[in-house]
Amino acid sequence: MFGMEFYVDPSRCIGCQACLKACEECDTHRGISMINFDFVDRKETIATAAYVCWHCDDPTCAQVCPADAIKKYEDGIVGSSLKPRCIGCSNCVLACPFGIPKLVPQYEQMMKCDMCYDRTSVGKKPMCATVCPSQALTYVTPEAIAATRREKPVNIFWFGSQKITTKVYMMAPADAGEIAIDVADYTWEGER
Amino acid sequence: MAKAPLSQDELSSRFGPHLNYNPPGGWQGDSGKYPEKLVKTHCCFCGQQCGIQLKVSNNRVTGFEPWEEFPFNRGMLCPKGVKRYLQGSHPDRLLDPLLRTADGFRAATWDEALDFTARRLRELQEKYGKDSVAVYGGASLTTEKSYLMGKFARVGLGTRHIDYNGRLCMVSAGTAYKAALGVDRAPNPWNDITEAEILFVIGANVGECAPITTDYIWRARDKGAKLIIADPRFTPIARNADLYLPVRPGTDLALLMGMLHVIIRDGLTDPQFIEAHTTGFEKTAESVAPWNPRRAAEVSGVAPEAIEKAAHLVGESRRAMLMHARGLEHQSKGVENCEAVVAIALATGNIGREGAGPIMITGQGNGQGGREHGQKCDQLPGQRTLTDPAAREHVAKVWDISPDELPAPGYTAVEIMNAIHSGEIKGLLSICFNPLVSLPDANFTREALEKLEFFGVIDFFLSETAAHADVVLAGSLQEEEEGVTANVEARVIHIQKAVDPPGNARTDSSIICDLAHRLGKGKYFPFTEPREIFEELRRASQGGLADYYGITYEKIDQQKGVFWPCPTLDHPGTPRLFEDGRFFHADGKAHFMSLAWRDSGDPVDAEFSIYLTTGRVVSQYLSGTQTRRIGALVDQYPEPKLELHPHLAEQHGINTGDWVTITSRRSAITLQAMVVRTIRPDTVFIPYHWPGGRSANRLTHRTLDPRSKIPEYKVSACRIAKAEGPGGRS
Repeated sequence: MFGMEFYVDPSRCIGCQACLKACEECDTHRGISMINFDFVDRKETIATAAYVCWHCDDPTCAQVCPADAIKKYEDGIVGSSLKPRCIGCSNCVLACPFGIPKLVPQYEQMMKCDMCYDRTSVGKKPMCATVCPSQALTYVTPEAIAATRREKPVNIFWFGSQKITTKVYMMAPADAGEIAIDVADYTWEGER
Repeated sequence: MAKAPLSQDELSSRFGPHLNYNPPGGWQGDSGKYPEKLVKTHCCFCGQQCGIQLKVSNNRVTGFEPWEEFPFNRGMLCPKGVKRYLQGSHPDRLLDPLLRTADGFRAATWDEALDFTARRLRELQEKYGKDSVAVYGGASLTTEKSYLMGKFARVGLGTRHIDYNGRLCMVSAGTAYKAALGVDRAPNPWNDITEAEILFVIGANVGECAPITTDYIWRARDKGAKLIIADPRFTPIARNADLYLPVRPGTDLALLMGMLHVIIRDGLTDPQFIEAHTTGFEKTAESVAPWNPRRAAEVSGVAPEAIEKAAHLVGESRRAMLMHARGLEHQSKGVENCEAVVAIALATGNIGREGAGPIMITGQGNGQGGREHGQKCDQLPGQRTLTDPAAREHVAKVWDISPDELPAPGYTAVEIMNAIHSGEIKGLLSICFNPLVSLPDANFTREALEKLEFFGVIDFFLSETAAHADVVLAGSLQEEEEGVTANVEARVIHIQKAVDPPGNARTDSSIICDLAHRLGKGKYFPFTEPREIFEELRRASQGGLADYYGITYEKIDQQKGVFWPCPTLDHPGTPRLFEDGRFFHADGKAHFMSLAWRDSGDPVDAEFSIYLTTGRVVSQYLSGTQTRRIGALVDQYPEPKLELHPHLAEQHGINTGDWVTITSRRSAITLQAMVVRTIRPDTVFIPYHWPGGRSANRLTHRTLDPRSKIPEYKVSACRIAKAEGPGGRS
């Protein structure tokens, strides 16, 4: 659907896993779910996080692929590995800073969220964002997100010295501009 | 006689639950990708009744597609909704009627099975009297089927004992709203939630039990609403609460009376509203006078400051909504609890407006519609009272019988099981109910079932209860028969028939009508399709509280649901009640009640010192008859776990994954522990969806609320001890 963007807000997630179950109903990868879902630390908290591929502007998975099997399309979507090319080496699995790609043994290839290419390319929302009962995963226009949410969409992430910009947005506290993952990112050790 | 004929293992290997993971035709087949048609209908699980489109090919449901145009859920679904399509072609589906043999069940013809059923029911009634036979219905049935069950019991069988599993669900809220407001319905449509500035949620695990409601709450928060959660467990939505009140199981009334005390003490009431639109405020005020925050805190375990804060947040707002579910209602003072919630709404004038009102979150699929048209032991269609002469006359006229032929009110669901146990009731016909898993004190339930002289079941899977039956009539899934349900908002919606029942299974309503014919009452059951039942139901409900007269299938499709009451064909329906300040009592006023504290029916003491509370998980539905057969849902939460706090776990040397024996005054079961900080340290939690040695209801007790007759599932006393290994599964 043109003009729509994907937003992830783990603070809304209720851990129901509808996304996980609905993903495998999608026509391009039937029976296999591409959602990444975690209980953050069930003993300490009820917090859960469900997320999709972040679809990096300069995807690390594609950079490290020795078989040139991972493609970013014109609309910014980074696809699953191309079956004829993928050698199942798992470089992408190890390299992705977000931990998204999975090697699917039954198909001997890396598969990951392709933003429901079959749905989004014909004007539908991705399956997960359609069913998500808390709209922790949502697919709407930037105007709609600005008008309805208090949190701010962010798509700049720092992993140490690696800056990554993504197509998918993380909803962050209103005063956040970029998201840094590592405490080391907050320490001062001279110019980076 | 009704002892299960085979061992649990033998029954399981033949009838399941087996796990179905794959759509018909497999994941790679075309049937899921390229369906012949998409049928716009609703999920069969839970009172949200989400709109969904079922993919259909070759008379089989092969998948789903979200239905984004349906206004309630706008395409959203929980995991149960996503996977609900896997039931129709399930290998455990009953494809023929089954007759009990010496060593199990055999497939029978319909004539054989129905003749046998009718003969046995007639024999028992001739020998022991009309009321020796009881009927159980269910709140997952369409409203047409629910209506038919009430009529079948009273006209077909002439017994006064008809009740349903909604007795385990909505009756405390229903009784309280009827007493206070004059009608049993959530007064507000769900869109009102997004317009509230205060949301007070008590005893409702919204994220897991009413997942779609989460989105309404989050949208209110997005606009700045404050969220207050009262629950012994830190539920998923509590994570975003502005105030969390960790109420001790069974003490909600103390918390609510403490809040009302503060609201009155600090002048936060709406005296003009109270004066103009209510009666009896002094009674409530007098009841809560002794419940200062200190006393309320001592009983409820919620800090006095937090009670004050909650009272001020609610009391200072004129757009407050108070939401509650089974946590509040599954108590031996469930009705008082709900009356206290309604009293807070009335005292602060928070009712009858957008974003203001007390609302109950209905649990079962047709929890609302299933309780409106005569399936309850004391009720006639249209939410009419069975003892009201005018109501009897109206319904008797529609049914073409004399009012004198209508039996008096009978026993409620648990009371029926008690009467079976005592030998007073000898025969039972049950549909859409799995009491062996869902009634409290499961060992007692099993003993009772074994005493039945005749037990007939209508079901699509062989539930644990059905394994005790003499005859099982292979019935239909929700998507196999047209009808209506009413969702959590009392929005009447249209269930479409997507496919025919498989094999020789038949639609539930045709089974009931055939049985009525065999009982010699065929002229009262001339229905050949659900639409004809609905037409009669419209007339039977006309003039009642739940007036459906102005509702038609076509109008529902056009408006995407019609809120009752809808008295005339040109009436648009009533999304919000009481907008004119008139309540549904004869005096037009809302009624305040006296509130009185009582202890739980199974109090903690030195020996049983821990509170046990039970509930649902998001991936399972009720007794699990359907959802324990769907692989993806079972994988999400395969076995019941005992949730307990690290403080309690440490005292007993228990770690996550350890086996723990939980013992109540009834029985003991052994489960694996899940040590979490998201529960009160004096409380343990077990979800109740499983049978046998994994059944939380082996531990619960049969104390009922004296008015609603709801069991006290949410409060039992227990003790725990680390165990060597797993206990038995049966």
